[in-house]
Amino acid sequence: MADREDSKQRRRPSAMHRSRRGRNIAVALLLVALVVLFYIITIVRMGGA
Amino acid sequence: MQLSEARRNAGFAVETEAEGADDLRAFVALLKPRVMSLVVFTGLAGLVLAPGSLHPVLACVAVLCIAVAAGAAGAINMWYDSDIDAVMSRTQRRPIPAGRVTGGEALGFGVVLAAASVVVMGLALNWAASALLALTIGFYVFVYTMWLKRRTPQNIVIGGAAGAFPPMVGWAAVTGDISATSIALFTIIFMWTPPHFWALSLYRSDDYARAGVPMLPVVAGHRETRKQILIYSLLLAPIGLLPFVLGAVGWVYGVPAAILGALFVLCAIRVWRDDGERAARQMFKFSILYLSLLFALLIVDGAAGVVR
Repeated sequence: MADREDSKQRRRPSAMHRSRRGRNIAVALLLVALVVLFYIITIVRMGGA
Repeated sequence: MQLSEARRNAGFAVETEAEGADDLRAFVALLKPRVMSLVVFTGLAGLVLAPGSLHPVLACVAVLCIAVAAGAAGAINMWYDSDIDAVMSRTQRRPIPAGRVTGGEALGFGVVLAAASVVVMGLALNWAASALLALTIGFYVFVYTMWLKRRTPQNIVIGGAAGAFPPMVGWAAVTGDISATSIALFTIIFMWTPPHFWALSLYRSDDYARAGVPMLPVVAGHRETRKQILIYSLLLAPIGLLPFVLGAVGWVYGVPAAILGALFVLCAIRVWRDDGERAARQMFKFSILYLSLLFALLIVDGAAGVVR
């Protein structure tokens, strides 16, 4: 029974781990947004030139 | 057993989602969204009034950079001021004193966003606007937050320049330079800032005194503050007409700006004559309305000029 509780605990990531995961996803999304932004800016500026 | 585990997992998922949303809210709060909205608005006015044209996508990028820079400066300010934020009732629910974000996280967040906004502004628009944006952030962080805020009752007078730069940034994003009209827009916000914040500090002076921030009512007393509010308001009313006098906008702006200026002075007279909290609160609220309407009129008149 104690082993089973331990394995459950192991499966549950800590609050810090969860928070870090959420922030990593947010940073990844921001980087993707930045890539898209730079792509659009380049297209617009090239068109203008 | 399986069912209870499933329930526990479901509860865990909800909890994780709630924590994620709370994290997001904390980081958004670091950007001081309400201040940001006014900065974006004034920056947009500079962008619309400036002679010349800008691709709509680049205009959106310029506004985005101004917004992000304002937010970044706010986040760095919250990192530096977290000790005084914790003792002031108005600010103690901010993310750092509330324990939702650490100081280091706020600083990192602010610095990265500040750098990104300046670089993107330079690459997408021009380096004059980018330099002005960097100056705005630097002025707010180093001159206002770190140097003046805790040292002198003139903190809000000189530091107000940081909040006055955005229309100049918007203008420079289009033209790549500074002009009399963009300086006029700067001057309006520069002269508006002291009466706005002094009205607030009149009914929050205990808070500022507790935090050791030498706002004018704390250092010189309420009577002197009320007098200074009136002086600045008397100067602001004609300065509000500068864009009209310089010919950048027409009567659509000029007439309402004169009326709003007169109302601003009336509010200041009421504050000067009345020691109560009510007049100061009304003055604070009206000052926000005044600046919002003035810049809305600038945008409307400027946009009408573009259409003409």
